[in-house]
Amino acid sequence: MGFHENIDFGAFRAMSEREIKVKVGVKELSPIDVYKLLPKINCKECGEENCMAFATKVVNREVQIEKCPPLLKKEHEKAYKQLKEMLKPAVKEIVIGAGEKAVKVGGKLVMYRHELTYFNPTAIAIDVTDEMAEEEILGRIKRTEEFEFEHIGQILKLDMVAVRSTSNDPEKFKATVKKVVENTKLPLILCSLNPDVLEAGLMAAPKARPLLYAATKDNWREMAELALMYGCPLTVFAPNDVKTLKSLAKTLLEYGVEDLVLDPGTFYGEGLADTLNNFTMIRRCACKQGDELLGFPLIGVPMVAWMDSAETAKEIVTWREAYLAAMLTVRFADILIMHSTDGWALLPNIILRQNIYTDPRKPVAVEPGLKAFGTPDENAPVMFTTNFALTYYTVASDIEAAKINAYLLVVDTEGIAVDSAVAGRKLTAEKVADAIKASGIENKVKHRKLIIPGKAARLSGEIEELSGWQVLVGPRDSSEIPKYLQEKWQTQT
Amino acid sequence: MSEKENKEDIAGLKLDQRILELLAKLQEIELEDFEMEVGDLEIWLHPGAIVAPPVAPSKVLPAKAKPTQIVEAEFILPIETYPGRVVEVKLGATKSEGGTRGKSIVIGGESAPAFYTFEKPTPNPPVISLDVFDMEVPLAKAVKMHVKDVMGDPAAWAKLAVEKFEADLITIHLISVDPLLKNASPKEAVKTVEEVAQAVDVPLIIGGCGDPNKDADVFEEVAETFAGERFLISSITRDMDVERCAKFIKKNGHVALSFTPMDMNLQRELNRKLYDFLPKEDIVMDLTTAALGYGLDYAFTNMERARLAALMGDPELAHPMSSGTTNAWAAREAWMKMAPEWEPRELRGPLWEVVTALTLLLAGVDLFMMMHPAAVKTMKDLIRQLMSGSRGNSERLLEWVSMKI
Repeated sequence: MGFHENIDFGAFRAMSEREIKVKVGVKELSPIDVYKLLPKINCKECGEENCMAFATKVVNREVQIEKCPPLLKKEHEKAYKQLKEMLKPAVKEIVIGAGEKAVKVGGKLVMYRHELTYFNPTAIAIDVTDEMAEEEILGRIKRTEEFEFEHIGQILKLDMVAVRSTSNDPEKFKATVKKVVENTKLPLILCSLNPDVLEAGLMAAPKARPLLYAATKDNWREMAELALMYGCPLTVFAPNDVKTLKSLAKTLLEYGVEDLVLDPGTFYGEGLADTLNNFTMIRRCACKQGDELLGFPLIGVPMVAWMDSAETAKEIVTWREAYLAAMLTVRFADILIMHSTDGWALLPNIILRQNIYTDPRKPVAVEPGLKAFGTPDENAPVMFTTNFALTYYTVASDIEAAKINAYLLVVDTEGIAVDSAVAGRKLTAEKVADAIKASGIENKVKHRKLIIPGKAARLSGEIEELSGWQVLVGPRDSSEIPKYLQEKWQTQT
Repeated sequence: MSEKENKEDIAGLKLDQRILELLAKLQEIELEDFEMEVGDLEIWLHPGAIVAPPVAPSKVLPAKAKPTQIVEAEFILPIETYPGRVVEVKLGATKSEGGTRGKSIVIGGESAPAFYTFEKPTPNPPVISLDVFDMEVPLAKAVKMHVKDVMGDPAAWAKLAVEKFEADLITIHLISVDPLLKNASPKEAVKTVEEVAQAVDVPLIIGGCGDPNKDADVFEEVAETFAGERFLISSITRDMDVERCAKFIKKNGHVALSFTPMDMNLQRELNRKLYDFLPKEDIVMDLTTAALGYGLDYAFTNMERARLAALMGDPELAHPMSSGTTNAWAAREAWMKMAPEWEPRELRGPLWEVVTALTLLLAGVDLFMMMHPAAVKTMKDLIRQLMSGSRGNSERLLEWVSMKI
């Protein structure tokens, strides 16, 4: 097992596309099922060529049925309702917060990401309490708001603030919530098992639509009243007891609360297996058995790692919290409440979330064009690669790691890896020659030598012909680039 | 060395020392908190059995009336049955089994997805092998600080990994045989393996250099010299002479690691080739591990699908899975010095390895090849906790909401 295995992402992707089946809960949905209920007049108002094309996009969740204007007319009301029901996700989508920073959670159609894709990445909340000093509260809010990291062209951020009452004093909680809403537009989770405390908090944020945490078997009635009065989603909390959780969900639905979030409890240490089991069972019931009472977003609380931790070094508790969060992100959590704001602990988690929520059906692409590494001069080597994000970032990181000054021409292959792109004619000599011309590289370097990926070797002759550049066939794996340049480029120049 | 660098180095060392102490403490705390007797596996009880469900109202409520008591719902454990089962593979052989190892290790045997213990207990705990290299290699600073004294001495490195870092197995990477590096001979490789086999008595994994021809030569020499040891030969790939390798593995009583680049169909194809010469019980498979942030989603989904396919009855994927988790360190964010808000990398790096490993643990990996001692420690603790069947304290958990930190 080496460090740089020759990973053929392209082949994997092609296979996954071929095997994709669309499943909705226990039902399998085909474009025909949707097409049958559409007006079938091919009016093109939706922007598609015909109703069948639209149906295919609907099934793949690339477009909402509301984009079909005729369907929204009175005469199609029945079909519209039927379609709505047919397309309903196994896990209900719930909106927390109000305004442009509101987050959507849940909305999952499948249990496993390869069955379609996961929607609505796990929302991460950072906690503040009503006994923290004002300075600390404001500092934590600022950190949560400003936290960001760019990876594979996406800005990764934190999503919410959880306000906990540690005082159990309604007035204190109210004052804290007031301070929080004055300083952030991020959605809130208001946390207390005491309904009087939560009510006081809600009075300070009556229109903010926070997530209420939480209704238990002891306080559910009061919590339900608050959720109804303020129009808020409500968490149901029944640690390690899915039957009670489900019974409470049923009770609250009958009470009239429609938007629920489920917490079967996050245990650190003893009970870790329970945590995995409960999250997994609930998601399976929702996705595979169509259990609507358990078809709600799941909330995980990695910050339970901080219980009984006064004697333990902060870094160690943060470490535990971080891996609990990772575990829950993989196993179905739609929301996480965390305490540590340390970058070293949050970074792996937001990247994991990005990985898990990447659509496996779509190639991830980067912007094509010319990229400069280090400080390339007029003698710097010029290489090219494709705009498949994983190929690009692998090549880029190999070049960066070796601290090479070079130009990398990113050719648009519609997000396909080198070998698949060559095979599928997405990477051609014409494209490479055009990319050379368009990039302006000919004004940046004196030489006319292009290093091409080993896997594109068979395009050598044609590229030379069309571009007028001399082609040097580079390594098949980008990890070999530093060695290649050392051996071949230096002797060439 | 400039004064500035010097200062940084000193600061770095201080930090390292402090973190080392913290990690040492982690070990003590975890051990105090958690004790498990071997064989103390309880049958998993379903959650409803612990807290008595509230009594449901027997009378039918009038429509639209708000309930005044909890309305009981039925919850049946969502248990599925699977026609397939992952084969069990034994790694290492004791004296009575024809080898010289202190113990052998069985992996695989699952008949439910990874840690779906509400369905089936996990038959064999996933295990961890630590990487040992036969020559000096560039390593991330966070890793290097733990092994710098033993670099270049594989026997000492292996001993450290087993005795201090609790490795279940050792992977000896024979990279010096690479024609592009030292081009060491198969005989020299055998000598290295001999030293490691003498130094530790855990089962061994024999890693090659990646050159398909040279690896076959080296593996053959090692296989013959250590006949009967049930070493895991890492790895057999499609570009090797599969027939030749499978034959010397079979003849000398070892196990093949069947390795393919993230493609279930290629994995099936290679496994089928191996079946002509090897029984299923002599094959472990590796579908490739990509680092967190650099394709982990592909690796995770590929492994998860392979395991689900195996359970659904695909015999060609019903093998224990191995992961080269050390690949986590290929991610820049694992080793690179970054802006202060993302530091220290001494913690970020091993956590990167933990998150990569943990994600794949949940996809069904049985054998991890790892690097950083703290990451190994955490994974071992996690696996122990998951295997123990110990129950969470529900009443106590309610207190998290108002806990003071």
